[in-house]
Amino acid sequence: MIADILKYQYLQYALITSVLVSLVSGLIGVIIVEKKQVMMTGGIAHTSYGGVGLGYLLGFEPLLGAFIFAITASLGSNLIKNKLTGISDVIIAIFWSLGMSLGILFIGLIPGYPPDVTSYLFGNILSVTTFNLILMSIITVVVLAVIVIFFHDWRAHLFDPEFTKIMGKRTKLMENVLLVLIGLTVVALIRVVGIILVIALLSIPAATASLLTRKLHLRMIYAIGYGLAFTIFGLFISAYTQLSSGAVIVIFGFAVYIITYLLSKYLTRVKKVESGECS
Amino acid sequence: MSALIQIEDLCVKYGSIEALRDLNLTINGGEYIGIIGANGGGKSTLLKTILGLTKQYKGSISYKGTTMKKSGLKIGYVPQTSELNRMFPITVEEVVLTAKIPLKNTWFHRFHESDYEEVHQVLAKVGLDDLKERQISDLSGGEFQKLLIARALALNPDILLLDEPTAMIDIRSQKQIYNIIKRLSKEMTVVMVTHHVKDITKQAEKLIFLERNILAEGDPEEVYKYAYLKPVGTLNRSYRRSEVREA
Repeated sequence: MIADILKYQYLQYALITSVLVSLVSGLIGVIIVEKKQVMMTGGIAHTSYGGVGLGYLLGFEPLLGAFIFAITASLGSNLIKNKLTGISDVIIAIFWSLGMSLGILFIGLIPGYPPDVTSYLFGNILSVTTFNLILMSIITVVVLAVIVIFFHDWRAHLFDPEFTKIMGKRTKLMENVLLVLIGLTVVALIRVVGIILVIALLSIPAATASLLTRKLHLRMIYAIGYGLAFTIFGLFISAYTQLSSGAVIVIFGFAVYIITYLLSKYLTRVKKVESGECS
Repeated sequence: MSALIQIEDLCVKYGSIEALRDLNLTINGGEYIGIIGANGGGKSTLLKTILGLTKQYKGSISYKGTTMKKSGLKIGYVPQTSELNRMFPITVEEVVLTAKIPLKNTWFHRFHESDYEEVHQVLAKVGLDDLKERQISDLSGGEFQKLLIARALALNPDILLLDEPTAMIDIRSQKQIYNIIKRLSKEMTVVMVTHHVKDITKQAEKLIFLERNILAEGDPEEVYKYAYLKPVGTLNRSYRRSEVREA
């Protein structure tokens, strides 16, 4: 296995990608799970398909198109949500379906044979290009820096944004920055698990970490660890079996979540019995 | 007592729904004011507008002639607990520490020893000093409410605004919270919105009966009688307010 990594560049790229996406998905995943914005993130991911289609149609990097659409969807949905309170799920559904429709339309407009967009929809960690890797590296550095440097601000904002506003913090700016980070994370994950499975890599490691610790920073660290384990497992299974990396990562992640859940329940029960508490 | 906050001709609308209409109110320094009234009567809206959380309103809210934003007046706020995520992974101490995050230059912020000392002092004030390591998900409703009071106190406020701090908690905890607020009212101005009318009537110095506008204001016993003991619709609203003021 190590010999293969040293020998093949695509495996080296895939391994570096695993580390990068684990970092962003661990940090942003915990935030969106705590903010209950998982479905909104799913909407942003699906909207980005319009950008992939536009990239193919106009002949520029599809991931760059996905980036533009994801950021527009993040900020646009928030802007509309603030104007029309109480219908956020409807707005998410509209962006979700509009993005997918535009993607299908743009790809349909390409003359000749349509391109194979399977790797964008379902992910293929083994097909990461140098440009993808550079883009993902920049995204990871930005996400990591913004979250880690201002960790206390984020924790306060996530717990009670109204209170941080009363303190005089620029909560609107923080909210928009967070939405941009979510958009960037979606773009970083597309090559690994695909547009359709992005929310899985954001929610499963975070949800699994939440079973183990009740500290926000530890949840982020554990989620990064789980994300890394899931992606590396998916990468090698995919490399040696030709199965879809995105699907393998999600199914393995789900299995680990169930095992962790059952184990945490069992350990809690044992602890209660030992301490003489009612179970 | 000197006027701390002056509210003049305040109107707040949510779309086509009028939450507050032509409201005039003076909050004097050191006062303990209770605000009562039916659900949807604008009580929480009034607090949120004072706090600057309401986006659009007409009228003015000022502190000694200057706008609230420029005044530098420190306002502590205790929100309704139902608005917060009780399962959020954060400890009691960490919640109160959020009040100690500086406004600017928070890059790699580290709390000072003095921050922790202040946090422990305010936690002791509300009787939570021995629970500082506890996760908020493990707190009872009463303990969580005391925690929010402690967080507001950590801002060293000049005025404390509380929005239904005794809602959905047991009677014992309600009494404890009323005792805490009574003690605090000797140190700072307190404005509390509540549905526990009898308790606030016994404790507050002034009671306000609010239903989009102030229908009655003044001595708590008198306002209570006007608000709840007279048959509905027997009084002219403006008459009721002026009569209570005289009483």
